[in-house]
Amino acid sequence: MAEAAESPGDPRTTSPRPLFAGLSEISISQDIPVEGEITIPMRSRIRELDSSTLNESVQNTIMRDLKAVGKKFMHVLYPRKSNTLLRDWDLWGPLVLCVTLALMLQRGSADNENDGGPQFAEVFVIIWFGAVTITLNSKLLGGNISFFQSLCVLGYCILPLTVALLVCRLVLLAKPGPINFIVRLFVVIVMFAWSIVASTAFLADSQPPNRKALAIYPVFLFYFVISWMILTFTP
Amino acid sequence: MAAVDDLQFEEFGDVATALAANPDATTINIEGPGESPKRPGPPRGSGREEDDELLGNDDSDKTELLAGQKKSSPFWTFEYYQTFFDVDTFQVFDRIKGSLLPIPGKNFVRLYIRSNPDLYGPFWICATLVFAIAISGNLSNFLIHLGEKSYHYVPEFRKVSIAATVIYAYAWLVPFALWGFLLWRNSKVMNIVSYSFLEIVCVYGYSLFIYIPTAILWIIPQKAVRWILVMMALGISGSVLAMTFWPAVREDNRRVALATIVTIVLLHTLLSVGCLAYFFDAPEVDHLPTTAVVPNQTVIAAKSS
Repeated sequence: MAEAAESPGDPRTTSPRPLFAGLSEISISQDIPVEGEITIPMRSRIRELDSSTLNESVQNTIMRDLKAVGKKFMHVLYPRKSNTLLRDWDLWGPLVLCVTLALMLQRGSADNENDGGPQFAEVFVIIWFGAVTITLNSKLLGGNISFFQSLCVLGYCILPLTVALLVCRLVLLAKPGPINFIVRLFVVIVMFAWSIVASTAFLADSQPPNRKALAIYPVFLFYFVISWMILTFTP
Repeated sequence: MAAVDDLQFEEFGDVATALAANPDATTINIEGPGESPKRPGPPRGSGREEDDELLGNDDSDKTELLAGQKKSSPFWTFEYYQTFFDVDTFQVFDRIKGSLLPIPGKNFVRLYIRSNPDLYGPFWICATLVFAIAISGNLSNFLIHLGEKSYHYVPEFRKVSIAATVIYAYAWLVPFALWGFLLWRNSKVMNIVSYSFLEIVCVYGYSLFIYIPTAILWIIPQKAVRWILVMMALGISGSVLAMTFWPAVREDNRRVALATIVTIVLLHTLLSVGCLAYFFDAPEVDHLPTTAVVPNQTVIAAKSS
């Protein structure tokens, strides 16, 4: 093969030979190897990575995703301006929080048919359609955040309100009365403020500067409605 | 450059005489220094200013043209809908302020909207109003029935969906009907002022803003206070609507114009009174048993004496 490559391009030949003219003179002998590795070292490394996530144990896969979700929860609880929540978005955390919230807020089956609290489906729809509407609103106003990144941030920032619901549930086990209500009101207000601060820290930078208030107000309305549902929850 | 030269009608004669002089020559017009004094007016750089010159220099025409040129993306692209959200924070605040302070003689659409109707205001004002009415109604019922032993607090979540249906239907169907009606009347009577559908939706949306603080103040369980609030809110938002639509129907038959304005205000009244009646319980309900008991006692005391 080397001879065939060199002979047509040989500058020392005086007469110009047609391309591949020397091919007919080559005969394949037994000692020229015609098989071997065709992998480049870099490509083999990538292929090794691919096969490693396919062949790893299920525990590794689950733990990796759980660690990513847990890291994002920490980012929500201690909001600093960082890009981790935005860059590697996932919707596991919002799904878990939304299902928890909807399961705990739904009214009981028998006694109040018409005038009770929200059903499971109503809470679910409010949270997801509320988040989608806010995302569409911020994109229509000219924000440069992607659709799923915004859903991810809004979903993860429901975490303080879920904590508030759990605390309210515990407080409601005690004797009902005005002190009970004031404790619940205080907890819900604090967690509502925490949610707003956390989501504003992540979302505000992606909006055009003269429309920030227009994009943040729907977030305020969204968390206010969820806080109202938590505050008025009676078992 | 060839496009600019195509619109220069006064040079046509030169080309014709040049062709007559030399039939074999091609008709490529190369600009020379001798030709520039012939151009009337300032030198034009782009073809767009030519269009404005040709179509008239009227300011309102230019704004109409620009408004028409703004929404040029096809309706299935995202950019088409982005043109409806092309407002800044201070513009939204200005429009809300304009809906709260109706100045006689000033038209809300001409003064504030100025061919830039937005959907942000109507949508989020209606959303806020839905939750304001539902939450205030719930709070007011809770406060009214506070001392009663037989009352068990319920969040009444079903009323949120009812409020949402009513308010969004009002904010979109009534402007649609009004727009259709104005279009029909415009085909019969030539009106100076005509509004697009989005401008009517915008006016209706911003005129509903006054009901948000009104709904919050309706928590006060006094009937007189509530009816005074209804009158004030109706006065303000009704006058905004009336002053906006009066120029559009003024040229028409007197009775039709008056009937239109009266219908607009009547529908607005129906919305506010309906919301008050449905979402807020009457505050005198718990007073009735006590007033019924007292005359009985006086009658028994009178009988026994």
